Amino acid sequence: MDKHVKIYSTPTCPYCIRAKQFLKDNNVIFENVDVSSDAKASEEMIEKSGQMGVPVLDIDGQIIVGFDKEKIKQSLGL
Amino acid sequence: MYDLIIVGAGPAGITASVYAARKRLDLMVITQDIGGQAAWSGDIENYTGYQFITGPQLSQKFEEHMRKFGINLRENEAVLEVRKQDNSIKVKTDKGAFESRTLIIASGKRSRELGVPGENECKNKGLTYCATCDGPLFSGKDVAVIGGGNSALDAAIQLTKIARRVTIINIAPGLTGDPIMQEQLLYNPQVTILNNAKVGAVLGSKMVTGIKVLKDAKEETLAVAGVFVEMGLIPNSHFAGDVAKNELGEIKVNGRNETNIPGIFAAGDVTDVPEKQIIIAAGEGSKAALSAFRYLIQNRF
Repeated sequence: MDKHVKIYSTPTCPYCIRAKQFLKDNNVIFENVDVSSDAKASEEMIEKSGQMGVPVLDIDGQIIVGFDKEKIKQSLGL
Repeated sequence: MYDLIIVGAGPAGITASVYAARKRLDLMVITQDIGGQAAWSGDIENYTGYQFITGPQLSQKFEEHMRKFGINLRENEAVLEVRKQDNSIKVKTDKGAFESRTLIIASGKRSRELGVPGENECKNKGLTYCATCDGPLFSGKDVAVIGGGNSALDAAIQLTKIARRVTIINIAPGLTGDPIMQEQLLYNPQVTILNNAKVGAVLGSKMVTGIKVLKDAKEETLAVAGVFVEMGLIPNSHFAGDVAKNELGEIKVNGRNETNIPGIFAAGDVTDVPEKQIIIAAGEGSKAALSAFRYLIQNRF
């Protein structure tokens, strides 16, 4: 079964854009959460990752901070 | 042994790689990221051919152009040392060691750090070097911007639209950024400007809770949730031990992008080239690649 992928991002951060592009290029379906317009989501992201940098990926509960291509690949089995 | 190793994949490194690939050189690019500072730029309106493009979009186009040539690219890799021995240049990274006949250093610049206690511990926990990226997370909060130049004022202006209160901590007696930006801040009631002030420490265990500010021989604690460090840039030239640099740490190059060491070239923001612009870095990258090519021919490698 496909993993549930959630990405916490802001519209202006370059690594968020790159991370989303990477997921798209690999045909990964993901839910994008814009933390700049959703205070609750930003609290949720800080809670989950213990930090405030974007992007943060939540792949079936595994938290990846930043656009860490290798970790994302591993987690998704790409 | 490679013909050419390029360090960095910003506008200079990528352009050098495209030129070198078209000369059919056996080359490799070693870099930490792709796009360099251009990837962090907001709107770009002075790159010929594009009346308007964003930094990430332009970087994406650069990357596509490079990848079209199937260039051997090592990403997320840091160069630790480069050294010339006999007729070859040894490149040591955090993941391996390589050898090449020529080298182009196009490793750009990075944000200057505060260098105070608490900075490392608070990175990404309220302390950031990219207001454009992380600013939106500080909605309704109190924040501090460290610096007084254009990048600091730009960050402060962006933050006035997001945060509640913005305090600018400026080491100089007055702001040095463009007057048009200063005016936008001076009369904004959300903004406090502390001149002749510096940061003594960043406070907070889990997340940033404040900073220690030193001003007029007094130390005070300022409660903030966000610290935006905008004190300019320093060149990534530390690994180039024997390569001559100026007082700013920028690699000295001549009009042909040659350094003091034959076979080692440099291009873009890491060099002492006047003016740091994306289009200049790209042009310098092409010059460096052509110079490296000429060097290889002249030395009959």
